Amino acid sequence: MDTLLHLLDTNARLSTKQMAIMADMTEQQVEAHLAKLEKDGVVRGYKALIDWDRTDREYVTAIIDLQIAPTKDRGFDGVAELIMQFDEVESVSLMSGGYDLSVTITGRSFRDVAMFVAKRLSPLDGVLSTATHFVLKKYKERGVLFTDGEKDERGQL
Amino acid sequence: MNYERLLNPILSEIKPSGIRKFFDIAVEMEDVISLSVGEPDFSTPWHIRQEGIQTLEKGRTWYSPNAGLLALREAIAAYVSRHNGVDYEPKTEVLVTVGGSEAIDLAFRALLRPGDEVLIPEPSFVCYDPLTRMAGGVPVPLETCQEDAFRLTADTVRAAITPRTKLLVLPYPNNPTGAIMCREDLEAIADVLRGTDIMVLSDEIYSELTYGRKHVSIASLPGMQERTLLISGFSKAFAMTGWRLGYACGPAPVMRLLIKLHQFGIMCAPTTAQYAAIEALKNGDADVRAMRDEYNIRRRFIVDGFNELGLTCFEPEGAFYVFPCIKSTGMDSETFCHRLLQEQRVAVVPGDAFGACGEGYVRVSYCYSLKHITEALQRIRTFLKENGLCK
Repeated sequence: MDTLLHLLDTNARLSTKQMAIMADMTEQQVEAHLAKLEKDGVVRGYKALIDWDRTDREYVTAIIDLQIAPTKDRGFDGVAELIMQFDEVESVSLMSGGYDLSVTITGRSFRDVAMFVAKRLSPLDGVLSTATHFVLKKYKERGVLFTDGEKDERGQL
Repeated sequence: MNYERLLNPILSEIKPSGIRKFFDIAVEMEDVISLSVGEPDFSTPWHIRQEGIQTLEKGRTWYSPNAGLLALREAIAAYVSRHNGVDYEPKTEVLVTVGGSEAIDLAFRALLRPGDEVLIPEPSFVCYDPLTRMAGGVPVPLETCQEDAFRLTADTVRAAITPRTKLLVLPYPNNPTGAIMCREDLEAIADVLRGTDIMVLSDEIYSELTYGRKHVSIASLPGMQERTLLISGFSKAFAMTGWRLGYACGPAPVMRLLIKLHQFGIMCAPTTAQYAAIEALKNGDADVRAMRDEYNIRRRFIVDGFNELGLTCFEPEGAFYVFPCIKSTGMDSETFCHRLLQEQRVAVVPGDAFGACGEGYVRVSYCYSLKHITEALQRIRTFLKENGLCK
């Protein structure tokens, strides 16, 4: 894997200088490479991984399985592109298996999310069925533990 | 009881390990950031652990053959051949031991007669000197220095050889300096040894962890296999320290004695670990590569960090340690480590724990996450600042 991508995937807050040292590149090379990655759409953004459960934010996340009737010209893309316009929608993916689209939604309450599904998603043309699953507890996201890790037991007596 | 009279005076007089001493202090303190351990922070790769678990489930909980499972010895021979280009006969030239440490101990005890001299480059891992003494040998320290990139030179070896010289320990890639030996360095030493009856104990436990250049085993040089004991193990490369598994490869007449001693003292290495090790050797190359890439990123980061702090750091090309020079602080290694621990709660190991010529240096391990290393460097900066030693 591209070393810079690996570094950014681990910690997007590294400075250019730090990345240059770790990847054995000059700072100019790092900047140029990053600019290219952004321009090519490989790097889409830099975000923090926030454990919202540890804040006072009131929120609830749900994963919704959608079955879609694909259209002849655009397949699943038409509905997916429509759904991704909503601000409430965090992610949209086309899936293999028993349903077609997986949509992640965050709202303030269970009711918020349920109403969004009922009023916004279900009525869309092409949406055949929905199944809403609420997230109860997050253990790990994108390789980062959201639980307290184990103590380092090395070097003990 | 008169314990004075009871105990073996040679062992009583041996100083305890200088690494342990600092661990013991650090363990008693709160909020310590340690850069002192010499073992990977990675867990053993899952497919290797699973192999161990499966053999337990199947109830394979017996002794193995004394020298180790034949399948493992065959896998070791194939691995050593693939990585080092040296061929060993699994039945007579390979022994599976309880860590590389056991193999080192066996080698001294199998080879040394009272008064035999063992050449030991320093700084180096703490076990060679005491184990030599316990086997009745006489340790002869060979100083290496930063100017030579902590490599052992042929001149140093030549100058130290006497009619009593029995063994040369070759601990590269080196703990604590991170130094490696290239082919030319080894060639020069091989030139000195060919035609003598001096054996090389080549401790290659860190051989998979070199950055940039590939490790070269002295056993692979012409005429050297017959006078080399190649010792390695699974702890460092495969992150298997707790499994306690190592191996020795060497000429059959020497191995016969090692196996005899191992058979009486140990019986056999842990069987579960041996099954896991077969999996490691056969399917573990990608894991080793991934861990090495990760160490390399940290290595660059930490070397740069120390240089920036003015604690100049020789560029280590192997193992997972850096060995920054702390002479500019005016403190000796012991004082530096004590004060750093007391004032900023960062634990590193004084360089003189690895031999007198390690004075003026400290050993820093980078078997820690980048986050952990960053925090430690920050605290060391504060330590230097508060003592007026850094801007």
